[in-house]
Amino acid sequence: MKMNNNLTLKALAALFTIASSISAHADTLLVQSTTSTANSGLYKYLKPILKADTGIELNVVAVGTGQAIKNARNCDADILLVHSKESEEALVADGYGVKRFDLMYNDFIIVGPSNDPASVSGSSDVTASLLKIAQSQSTFASRGDDSGTHKKEIKLWDGANVDIDTASGHWYRSMGSGMGATLNAAVGMSAYALTDRATWISYNNKSDFKILVEGDNKLFNQYGVMLVNPEKCGNVNAHTGQQFIDWLRSDTGQNAIAKFSIDGQQLFFPNAN
Amino acid sequence: MQDSILSRTLWLLKSADSGLWEVVGLSLRVSGTAVLISCAFGFILGGVLATTRFRGRSAIHIFLNASMSMPPVVVGLIVYMLLSRSGPLGWLGLLYTPTAMIIAQTLLITPLIAALSRQIIEDLFNEYAEQFASMRLSFFKKIRATLWDARFSLLTVALAGLGRSLSEVGAVIIVGGNIEHLTRVMTTAIALETSKGDLPMALALGAILLTIALLINTLLSMLNLSARRFAYA
Repeated sequence: MKMNNNLTLKALAALFTIASSISAHADTLLVQSTTSTANSGLYKYLKPILKADTGIELNVVAVGTGQAIKNARNCDADILLVHSKESEEALVADGYGVKRFDLMYNDFIIVGPSNDPASVSGSSDVTASLLKIAQSQSTFASRGDDSGTHKKEIKLWDGANVDIDTASGHWYRSMGSGMGATLNAAVGMSAYALTDRATWISYNNKSDFKILVEGDNKLFNQYGVMLVNPEKCGNVNAHTGQQFIDWLRSDTGQNAIAKFSIDGQQLFFPNAN
Repeated sequence: MQDSILSRTLWLLKSADSGLWEVVGLSLRVSGTAVLISCAFGFILGGVLATTRFRGRSAIHIFLNASMSMPPVVVGLIVYMLLSRSGPLGWLGLLYTPTAMIIAQTLLITPLIAALSRQIIEDLFNEYAEQFASMRLSFFKKIRATLWDARFSLLTVALAGLGRSLSEVGAVIIVGGNIEHLTRVMTTAIALETSKGDLPMALALGAILLTIALLINTLLSMLNLSARRFAYA
């Protein structure tokens, strides 16, 4: 008898599991997002404001930009919020995104150990700094994961005419990891790394690491948002999705983004037009 | 660092808004359900393989044993491709739900449970062979007697399955997406805190996960002991 009760309970638990997963609400959106916006706590901060204003709730999957775009291409999202303008525009051109909107920006920085073996500290010339790192063969930790930050980094190395492919495995370390894991590795092996400022400010394992290079126009980091195309992906919650994008781009949404800060530092600067 | 691990652990345990119990609850719900389903499939498969002879049987043994080394990430990717909206089962809308995580973990641990229980049942079945022959039992009764006598060893097999499912992160992070209040479990929360560089918080969560595993194992081995005493007294 006891056995039967137990089984009934377990069967109920299994049923509950299935039932709870099917009841996705009409006002809940699945967002494929870059990690910096999630790890810095932006969504956690925006969610209650959004909910109070519009009743919309967000389920956020935070992965690298490359992965997020692939998942959106597989129709596993209503909204895509990433930071690699060219890849985003390619997605729209292929018909998987409806329209890409500028949302906000911040910037990339190069961080490194305070003893700064390549002497790049205080520079605002990212090309010259990367050249110095390459010439001194100082260890550099790259994302290596096709993320927005990784794509940016490759562009910057190209601009400095440094062949990172031959250096890979020597002073250039392709981590194949997210931003946080790459920073952990950089701290662990005293390597330089390129990161977005939001992740850096909210990152808790800085050790003796500092911002060494910042302020170059080339380090601009634009975030964009788009609705996944309901014509390609029938499951997309287009009405609520568009409502969410409109809210983000409205004065209310843009002001909310501007007010988000950690330790008094603003992380994202709204620039929707 | 040690100090902050302890203080983070205490904060997690005490503070209502740490969301710890929600994450712990989902971990147990997902892994527990996966283990139950895997045991149902795995014991039957193991039992059939142990007690019957047919062509291709040893090929299945080898395949099951090899699948024990299947990386969770690969299982996660396979389930992702099946459940993705662009995949064959996309219409079910199960990706990024606890159900998807249960499916992935079930695929991951069923081979483990089948392979281990096959060995246990086969050994016992061979040991009893002469006795069974002298008693002229039906095949069904032989299997039932063997399974019943193997129950304590099979519980250990189930615990091994629970251990693998509670500790894996590769599969559940892909098919669950680590969504707050929906699919975040202990291991994906640990991965998240690590990626934020909050190493004390990650270790505090790890300590709690280990404690829960200890509690479950202690409880079950106590049940096991008292049941053995009852059985052989």
